[in-house]
Amino acid sequence: MEKFNTMTAIVAPLNRANVDTDAIIPKQFLKSIKRTGFGPNLFDQWRYLDHGEPGMENRRRSENPDFILNQHRYRHASILLARENFGCGSSREHAPWALEDYGFRVIIAPSFADIFYNNCFKNGILPITLDAEVVNGLFEAIYAVEKSDKDRYQLSVNLASQTIVTPSGESIAFDVDAFRKHCLLNGLDDIDLTFGHVDAIKAYEKRRAAQAPWLFTS
Amino acid sequence: MVGRTLYDKLWQSHVVHTQDDGTSLIYIDRHLVHEVTSPQAFEGLRIAGRRPWRVAANLATPDHNVPTTDRTKGISDAVSRIQVETLDKNCAEFGITEFKMDDVRQGIVHVIGPEQGAILPGMTVVCGDSHTSTHGAFGALAFGIGTSEVEHVLATQCLIQKKSKNLLISIDGEVGPGVTAKDIVLAIIGRIGTAGGTGYAIEFGGTGIQALSMEGRMTVCNMAIEAGARAGMVAVDNKTIEFVKGRPFSPQGKFWEMAVVAWQDLRSDDSAAFDHTVRIAGADIKPQVTWGTSPEMVTAVDGRVPDPQHESDATKREGMQAALDYMGLAANTPMTAIKPDKVFIGSCTNSRIEDLRAAASVVQGKKVAASIKLAMVVPGSGLVKMQAEQEGLDKIFMKAGFEWREPGCSMCLAMNADRLAPGERCASTSNRNFEGRQGQDGRTHLVSPAMAAAAAIAGHFVDVRNA
Ligand code: SF4
Repeated sequence: MEKFNTMTAIVAPLNRANVDTDAIIPKQFLKSIKRTGFGPNLFDQWRYLDHGEPGMENRRRSENPDFILNQHRYRHASILLARENFGCGSSREHAPWALEDYGFRVIIAPSFADIFYNNCFKNGILPITLDAEVVNGLFEAIYAVEKSDKDRYQLSVNLASQTIVTPSGESIAFDVDAFRKHCLLNGLDDIDLTFGHVDAIKAYEKRRAAQAPWLFTS
Repeated sequence: MVGRTLYDKLWQSHVVHTQDDGTSLIYIDRHLVHEVTSPQAFEGLRIAGRRPWRVAANLATPDHNVPTTDRTKGISDAVSRIQVETLDKNCAEFGITEFKMDDVRQGIVHVIGPEQGAILPGMTVVCGDSHTSTHGAFGALAFGIGTSEVEHVLATQCLIQKKSKNLLISIDGEVGPGVTAKDIVLAIIGRIGTAGGTGYAIEFGGTGIQALSMEGRMTVCNMAIEAGARAGMVAVDNKTIEFVKGRPFSPQGKFWEMAVVAWQDLRSDDSAAFDHTVRIAGADIKPQVTWGTSPEMVTAVDGRVPDPQHESDATKREGMQAALDYMGLAANTPMTAIKPDKVFIGSCTNSRIEDLRAAASVVQGKKVAASIKLAMVVPGSGLVKMQAEQEGLDKIFMKAGFEWREPGCSMCLAMNADRLAPGERCASTSNRNFEGRQGQDGRTHLVSPAMAAAAAIAGHFVDVRNA
């Protein structure tokens, strides 16, 4: 897994609540047996005007000019700002794969669906939960910058210190589980970590097989 | 001493190791595998030169991509075919039991697990699929995982987890005639919202849940994830034990006797404390129909499409309006005035024998309305299909004008050829009404099997209690 420490990047405002995994990566793309290459089909049904299918040449498809990621100023965004319950729906890890492949490393929302939240950490993406009011303030700040047509709105995210710094210098603290933070900062692989407990797993199996032998017969 | 909840007990009996911060290594008893979320996990194992930790804990079947029409011709979509063939190859290579597409035991992974007795009370059950929550109906801790975790379970038989909080949802008193498990769970989601269960493990309790069959309990637990909870569960009682008894994977003889004794404890202690409790009177629940693009956008069949103007929260109001635009519905329309184009009876929520019986009893001797373009029944497994045929249900459906299909996920998510055309409206017994779920620009209304059947006959939604 790729490490994450700090990043300063453009923020794209996706002003929707309950963005589900079907919207993040529609099911026809789940037929792939690979982990990569999902970026061009991130938000496919919002992003393009035609219906996407695997194998299409995405560069030739017509984009929906109204969709936020198609607007020039947000093209190179690496931080996504959204509303509550982001990533609800299925367990498909293709959703964080698509976000990561597109170039997002941080997602900020007032709340996330559990499975999606968990899947992000396994793929080097940092999901940040902030109060709904704070998120609302960020949306407003972005829209104000957009109106004034000034520079693009950027945030600096620092995982080690658990802070986000806004263009005006305001610092926003965020919570993150200590263990997940440790893994993300160091790019640690869960399976390798678990293999450090092989003896404990074997001891558990022995104990459990004595108590509940029927669980180990088939 | 403070008692423990069912979830506390299931959790504690599976902890292999706990770190200081509470992060735990949890042992997994059963791992279900399907073709969509497993290829990258097997590939990861192969690259690392690993083998499954305990092969016998795994059970696989293809379900999302399989055609529901004549299977002798194979899968025509090349990409779908490769995915199913990849599962076959991986299972063969690693020695995992798989019910292949042409096996009568094949079906939706969440239907075949319980049907085979592969899900037992007290187990931890996972699958790379969010509707794994279904299996909590057996007093098991069951939840969906991502593909990285699929690889983790294959490699180590464990998962890294943090304990969730406890939420009790109690249905006090039985529901009335014509009201089903599906209506119960839709009403729950309507009450607490799609994020209401986030961070919790839900226990469904109360006399309204106890009165449900195992099929009904599976329907309720299936949609725990739609309420935001990874896991939903129901305490073990005699119905649970009767259901499990004598199935191919169930324990036998001495082990059966031992297991039944151990399973008696799989319920929350009377003195157990929940972090949060929600109570709903069973008698208040009516047949439900969703009107929007999220399962929480739901109302009783005798209600109307809500008016966004009456919503004070701006984000919610915009969400409601966007949903109505997508669904092609005007505010204040009576739910019974909505006319589906297609009817889909199936999915891991409602494709078991009891669901098919309920739908057939509404359909019997009647005809599908002329305005309905397609009405289809997709049994959850080959064995459900066989049972239904033995009972003559297939004849009842076909006589009425329904299509009778081969088992699989089908139009629940339209990864195979079964899907809605843009703008088409569907009465569906599945679990998600997200935009494009059943086909690009398709419009989904979630209902119970009896309500779907009644809508097929009438050509519009009707209150099945008067049908
Ligand atoms: S029937 Fe639908 S919800 Fe259930 S496993 Fe299949 S696709 Fe998922």
